[in-house]
Amino acid sequence: MKNQLLLKSAGTMLVRILFAVVAAFPIVFMLVSSLKPDQQIFGDMSSLAAFLPVGNISFDNYAAVFDRVPAARFLLNSVGVSAVTVILGIFVNSLCAFALSRMQVRGKKIVFTAILATLIVPFQTLALPLVWWVNQLPYFELNGFSLEFSKGWLDTYQVQIIPFIANAFSIYLFHQYFESIPKELDEAARIDGAGWFKIYRQVVMPLSGPATATVAILTFLPAWNSYLWPLMVVQSEELRPVMIGIQYFFQLNVSWGEVMAYASLITVRWWSSSSPSSVHSSTASPPAA
Amino acid sequence: MATDLPTRPRPAAPEAALPPSNTDGKARRAHRRPGFRREQLSGWGMIAPAALLLLTFIFIPAILGFGLAFTNARLISPRPVEFVGLDNFARLFSDPTFYRALLNVAYFTVVIVPVQSGLALVMALLINKKFRGVNFFRTVYFLPVVTSMVVVSLLWLFMYRKDGLINEILSAVSFGLIDGPDWLGDPNTAMPAIIILSIWQAAGFHMIIWLAGLQGISGELYEASQLDGTSRWQQFRYVTWPGLFHTRSLVLVTITIQALGLFDQISVMTQGGPMDSTTTIIYEAVQSGYRQQETSYASAISLVFFVLVLIVSAVQRHLTREKD
Repeated sequence: MKNQLLLKSAGTMLVRILFAVVAAFPIVFMLVSSLKPDQQIFGDMSSLAAFLPVGNISFDNYAAVFDRVPAARFLLNSVGVSAVTVILGIFVNSLCAFALSRMQVRGKKIVFTAILATLIVPFQTLALPLVWWVNQLPYFELNGFSLEFSKGWLDTYQVQIIPFIANAFSIYLFHQYFESIPKELDEAARIDGAGWFKIYRQVVMPLSGPATATVAILTFLPAWNSYLWPLMVVQSEELRPVMIGIQYFFQLNVSWGEVMAYASLITVRWWSSSSPSSVHSSTASPPAA
Repeated sequence: MATDLPTRPRPAAPEAALPPSNTDGKARRAHRRPGFRREQLSGWGMIAPAALLLLTFIFIPAILGFGLAFTNARLISPRPVEFVGLDNFARLFSDPTFYRALLNVAYFTVVIVPVQSGLALVMALLINKKFRGVNFFRTVYFLPVVTSMVVVSLLWLFMYRKDGLINEILSAVSFGLIDGPDWLGDPNTAMPAIIILSIWQAAGFHMIIWLAGLQGISGELYEASQLDGTSRWQQFRYVTWPGLFHTRSLVLVTITIQALGLFDQISVMTQGGPMDSTTTIIYEAVQSGYRQQETSYASAISLVFFVLVLIVSAVQRHLTREKD
């Protein structure tokens, strides 16, 4: 009996390991190959050496990546665009959720329903009309002391940021979380003479760390990974994000070592900003049913 | 002081939302807490930024997309936009590539939905209970999810070559018996190849959703079933599976919508080829809307896509409701 149980749990562990191997082998292959010259990548392919950093190991591919594409610029653009989207997203969405959750605002039910209704529209259906629409929108910039108006947002930073700040799912997450914070706190703060914004900033938000972290990750992930949108709206090289950079590697002779180096670079950069532990805590909250 | 502030127009505030009122205005005001008006003003001030952004970048484009589909609008064009009726749809429904795209997406979705949700559930069950090293396995299972689909596509593009890693592994495992195909170059294997990598990338995400559902099932139910001497399978069939009812429909809907919108992998790996065997609805929409700058035609495709998503999710809701 005991032996049988042991056998069963060993079997389960074997299945676990099998799944782990399948999940990990392409990524290990990518990281390892990024350190090898092309010739060796193909040479190692038929043996386990494909997954081991052995032989002629160097960071040459990484150096070559920075020669071939403006990788530093792309990384900087992506970091900037994602960071601004995340920061503004947290502020705008939590502010909205705060009013919807904790204030007696007339008509808020209708507004909340309308916000949640946006969840049924997949972004892909909006993308193409949106390209046309942002090209009609006005924008102004300060040029010295004069305010200059221009039409069309194509090929700018704001077109990569502003459409993605407000997000119904983020508002929903904040709303759910705010509901769990006792409302008596607000009343106590009000008796002490705090205004609504002060309650938001000094009472509710400091208690909402987990919700903020979740929203930060859920906003960062698509911002960093965005591909379809910048492909269509950004043409200038100096404004492009990292994912578009992959196109540069398929002109003329492809060096797979460099491709793997670039892929590793833009992947590891993002892993480092979202450790697995934060992913687990973020997904621990129950999803919208 | 606060009551002197002018009332701002509130577009969405209906009269019915007022507190239950007497006909006398003064008596009604007496029901309001002090600071009522101030609360309205600050409240709307706080809602406004998000509401305006959603209005500008979701509601308006959605309505625009609907409208543009019936015009001849181009992304950049000196000519004024004209109404052309159903011309775009007539052209769309007589385009064999569009039918091919529909068929490809149907194929992709029909395979992805059961296989990916099933594998994700198996993964969730494997790491549901605490054991030594559980965090290691959770992290590894989640690695593909935090790797962008573009990077994943790039990586698998390399592995799917005729002399690539996948064929080398197949050959090694079969002691040289299997001589793998040129996965992405052959119309028969291109779509299955894309299906495999898509499952590999996204299963971990749905594993997390399943896991949240599994953790929500009370441990007492398992204890009770153990006292009754149920087998593992019976436990799954009569405790776990019914307990996952809500999670199930969530997983189903998210995978389906994701599958119908297939784009990134196609754009990086095959550009719809070979011989249109991997083209999709969204890929066609992007091709016409962006490369050929035909906003109106692309809007028509998007509209058809949206209707398709609505129908499929409505059918799914109906089916999952009927069963239990």
